[in-house]
Amino acid sequence: MSRELSYTEAILEATDQALHEDSKVMLLGLGVPDPKGIFGTTLGLQEKYGEDRVFDTPTAENGVTGVAIGAALTGMRPIITHQRVEFSLLGIEQLINQAAKWFYMTGGKASVPLVVRSIIGRGWGQGPQHSQSLESWFAHVPGLKVIMPSNPYDAKGLLTAAVRDNNPVVMLEHRWLHNTFGPVPEGNYEIQIGKAKIAQKGDDITIVSYSYMMVEALRCASILAKCGINAEVIDLRSIRPLDESTILKSVSKTGRLLTIDNGWSKYGIGSEIVSLVAEKRLKFLKSPPIRVGPNDVPIPSTRALANLVYPSTYEILKSVEKSLGKELLGMNWDNLPKVEDTPDKTFQGPF
Amino acid sequence: MKNLDPLKLYTDMLRIRFVEETISQEYSKQEMRCPVHLSIGQEAIPVGVSSRLTISDQIVSAHRSHAHYLAKGCDLKKMISELFGKVDGCCRGKGGSMHLFDLEGGQIAAVPIVGSSIPIGTGVALGLKRQKKPGIVVIYLGEGATEEGVFSESLDFAKLQNLPVLFVCENNLYSVYTPLGSRQDSKRSIIDIAKAHGISAISGDGNDVIEVQKLTSNAIIEINTHSTPFLLELSTYRWLEHCGPNFDDHLKYRQDGELSNWMERCPIKKLKLHLEKNHLINNRIENKIIEKIKLEISEAFEHARKSSFPDPTELFLHVYAPREIE
Ligand SMILES: Cc1ncc(C[n+]2csc(CCOP(=O)(O)OP(=O)(O)O)c2C)c(N)n1
Ligand SMILES: [Mg+2]
Repeated sequence: MSRELSYTEAILEATDQALHEDSKVMLLGLGVPDPKGIFGTTLGLQEKYGEDRVFDTPTAENGVTGVAIGAALTGMRPIITHQRVEFSLLGIEQLINQAAKWFYMTGGKASVPLVVRSIIGRGWGQGPQHSQSLESWFAHVPGLKVIMPSNPYDAKGLLTAAVRDNNPVVMLEHRWLHNTFGPVPEGNYEIQIGKAKIAQKGDDITIVSYSYMMVEALRCASILAKCGINAEVIDLRSIRPLDESTILKSVSKTGRLLTIDNGWSKYGIGSEIVSLVAEKRLKFLKSPPIRVGPNDVPIPSTRALANLVYPSTYEILKSVEKSLGKELLGMNWDNLPKVEDTPDKTFQGPF
Repeated sequence: MKNLDPLKLYTDMLRIRFVEETISQEYSKQEMRCPVHLSIGQEAIPVGVSSRLTISDQIVSAHRSHAHYLAKGCDLKKMISELFGKVDGCCRGKGGSMHLFDLEGGQIAAVPIVGSSIPIGTGVALGLKRQKKPGIVVIYLGEGATEEGVFSESLDFAKLQNLPVLFVCENNLYSVYTPLGSRQDSKRSIIDIAKAHGISAISGDGNDVIEVQKLTSNAIIEINTHSTPFLLELSTYRWLEHCGPNFDDHLKYRQDGELSNWMERCPIKKLKLHLEKNHLINNRIENKIIEKIKLEISEAFEHARKSSFPDPTELFLHVYAPREIE
């Protein structure tokens, strides 16, 4: 398992293999066959599988979502794409009232195998309508599944599972992960939807995160290790279904809980996890759980403010201190990475 | 604003062109850190339309709004500061290039979610009408936006309520990289869609500012005398990439020669020929115009550069509107 791929390439490979494996799979969305191919995730697929299976659409997200649902009802397995999750909101009625209800509403007689891939933006002044992380909207709805892979390996395995799943699955990809690299096996494989991963074992505190915030969580965990604190870091991978047992087991062991959300913490994923732990493991908790996430405001365009919205390494480590009830020994607070408006120096804008 | 002088049209187009070119040239300095959708090549439509508008008329734009904003007479300094993310920008830095707005100038909204500006603009017209306020509302939309359902929903609403709306569809043949032919049947006519909703509609050359001006004049007369909405579909072409400061013809999503043909049909060049033929311009006049525009632009950039970023406390400001708004 030594081959490294980018997150983008992992998604491309999973889609390619899904199209290859099942002739019912189709891929559609505005820009799918264009020269940029949804940030590289759909490049070359139309050439390989033809215009009947991989195709462009009108700028019509509501219609496209409904059409994909209809096609799914006949046995097709559509994957639709949105360059920002905000654009998928035009199709939210179809997704929530229709797709999510279908299997239940028909008494188990008809299902909607549909994958909705949406990208979460961040940085470069994209501002209030292009930088939202709306996972809790989708996760709120029974009948939908929501996956948010944090690395290339998970992206490929979860997308493969999503395409084979007989339910509507929303996959949220953070734009800042597209250009990250990691080992990815060549053959196709599934990662079970609804199963979290323990990204790092530890006994002192449970940190639960997902998607891009896993990058922060792991960075903090390695800084903590230098201070003699062993954090257990859980990568949710799936937001719904939620892997309750992995979380509960970990908190039973550590007695401390910190959640790091991609979207707003209020009414968010962290809130769900804290509720779960409060309901089922309250007496194990040695200190109050802490939720960290973007500040509770719309995301402003100017970097002077946007950089203050997102949780910093400093804020996360301070929250750990608070949870532990003691100072982190040997911490160099001045040398921590600052929040930037780009994921790396090569990034010069959102498109 | 409301001006029939062709030299003024020329000046206004040139000013927009130079502003956009300056943004394009300066963008790599990474001071303007927000997505920009430039309007180079598309200047004639907003300038021709705005030349027939008054201060009480309002415009609503989408993601590609710089030209609409400037042609309407909105504040250049506030626009450049907004792109720089500064506190004296038109949205105090919170909106960026995709949300330009200037109540005094008459750009009441710019909405970068494709199609979402159309019903909002229709509602602005409803508000004006119900409150018996003067003015019409121009809703600028790309041909891509006519693919969203709200386009026809808004046409229906506007006609049913007989609202003073001028829909101006800028048909530049592309939605990002996707050509019109991959999105709409060749027989789908935007004009006919409007007509099917009972709305008068006409198409024209969006690179001919005099034609745009005439079509707008007639449309406004129709809107005011028959109290009915109107739709103009104007053909034009974006020269640069969909989003960003560069040319992107190397990506080959447009046919060979297509861009150069359209550059030949440059709206500014076209008007200049007309002015020369009628002896309305000479080098001395043109140089004076250019000098004045360049000075204004460099002052706006200098101003933006020197302005401050919003104070951190602004992050939590303006999430909810209070009872009393200053
Ligand atoms: C609902 C929605 N879908 C997709 C996008 C991405 N997007 C931004 S601009 C644009 C092009 C729209 O084309 P058109 O309306 O013709 O305007 P043009 O860019 O050509 O001026 C698209 C698809 C978006 N902003 N909103
Ligand atoms: Mg267009």
